[in-house]
Amino acid sequence: MKRFINQRPPRAVGYLLGLLPFVLLLLAYMAASAARLAENPNDPLLPSLGTMLDTFWRLATEPSRRTGELVLWVDTAASLTRLGLGVAISMAMGLVVGILAGLIPYAGRTLSPLITAVAMIPPLAVLPILFITFGVGELAKIVLIVFGIAPFIIRDVQQRVSELPTEQLIKAQTLGASSWLIILRVVLPQVFPRLLDATRLALGAAWLFLIASEAIAATEGLGYRIFLVRRFMDMATILPYVVWITLLAFLADLLLRLVNRLLFPWYGGRRG
Amino acid sequence: MATVTLKNVWKTYGRDIVLERVNLHVKSGEFITIVGASGCGKTTFLRMLLGEETPSRGELLMDGAPMPGEPGPDRGVVFQKYSVFPHLNALNNVLVAEEFGRAPLTGHLFGAARRAARAKAVEMLEAVGLGHALKKYPHELSGGMQQRLAIAQALMKDPRILLLDEPFGALDPGIRKDMHALILDLWKRRGLTIFMVTHDLKEGFYLGTRLLVFDKVRHDPQAPNAYGANITYDIPVGRTEPELLAEIRDQTGLPLAT
Repeated sequence: MKRFINQRPPRAVGYLLGLLPFVLLLLAYMAASAARLAENPNDPLLPSLGTMLDTFWRLATEPSRRTGELVLWVDTAASLTRLGLGVAISMAMGLVVGILAGLIPYAGRTLSPLITAVAMIPPLAVLPILFITFGVGELAKIVLIVFGIAPFIIRDVQQRVSELPTEQLIKAQTLGASSWLIILRVVLPQVFPRLLDATRLALGAAWLFLIASEAIAATEGLGYRIFLVRRFMDMATILPYVVWITLLAFLADLLLRLVNRLLFPWYGGRRG
Repeated sequence: MATVTLKNVWKTYGRDIVLERVNLHVKSGEFITIVGASGCGKTTFLRMLLGEETPSRGELLMDGAPMPGEPGPDRGVVFQKYSVFPHLNALNNVLVAEEFGRAPLTGHLFGAARRAARAKAVEMLEAVGLGHALKKYPHELSGGMQQRLAIAQALMKDPRILLLDEPFGALDPGIRKDMHALILDLWKRRGLTIFMVTHDLKEGFYLGTRLLVFDKVRHDPQAPNAYGANITYDIPVGRTEPELLAEIRDQTGLPLAT
């Protein structure tokens, strides 16, 4: 018999194995839910799959009686707008500040200590400050996301820039490139796919800050909804919302990966 | 093209002396090969020519004027690796040299200017034998082809001096022979002044018109960095006696790879 480290599952078996834990979790949930509902059909804690689907469907297709809006889509649009703006601003900052700090020694010496210090501040600790400063509107939520993930992205980009082989920068200079052209034609295109990678890693944190700020002060949003219905222990809403958020996060990650593969064919090849 | 003069050049890092009292005059059109043991300052010497380092003492002159303190288009370079841009295909790797010079704001040429630059780039790639691989990215090219690309790139700016830092060190012997033929051909046709650092003594012995051997003349075993290296042999073209080769080999401890 081969060693365990040399035994590889065939393709189909591999997929099945990956699926297995999900199926087991689902079965465990269904069993637990059925057991609880058998004792008390109105138990809200572990609703059946059918109840959850009904609730989700209602939130997605029936206008709310109070506001006349389709709750799920209003929440999704609000949350994705905040998340998108926060992430986009962080990416822009990461690119500009990261490249400058990584490539221009004077900029690096000036900015690096500040970035390091800011990255150390726990973002949720400054959330009250943000609410006081920017009010409880959209701005504070977006600023929280930026505050939370921009330092990470900046530092990652800066790191990548400083990892570029000196030979390349010298070569560009011997071909007559100015600092600006080196940024534009040598650094930027090589750092961009890495920016997308860093963003993928930061997305989890971005969702965390988004939901935290929505939980505290908002009138719509996925995080707001979850924390609103928590008061009624409305698991039939919370659980589908969690799955929905997970799906959105997964799709965002997938999108970034696809963009990377399509726009930068040289990127994967170089690592391999 | 260009002459290079070193007058009593020293290079020190703190208390470590890398080069001391180096005097040299190189005429335009010479093909200088440089050998020496590891850590004897031959790469430092090349970096000074490149403008990446400046002499701590003494004068380094190009055509009688002080060498600029940073790399520029008058001195082309090919490194052992990382010489080409991994995110550009072969054509764009060469074309970008033209775009650096002529599009200072956008870094891109358009229309007729681009077509002219492209034609020049294609011609250069054909001259180094890469006419068939215009669309290939560096990671799709073999080591030898990558170095051909790096040479084509360096020659786009018509540099006065071409600096080669162990350019063929990572290549197979057969491919290395092809590269020697290529570089000799380009050197003759374009009248370049070439400085080439090599680890391979035979390559240094037979390829150039003049061989420089860097080595430490004085040695203090208690303080290995107390004395710098100097040029210990300066051998003109045609001196290729086996005894001389063996003598240099003994002195520098370099291998005689083919």
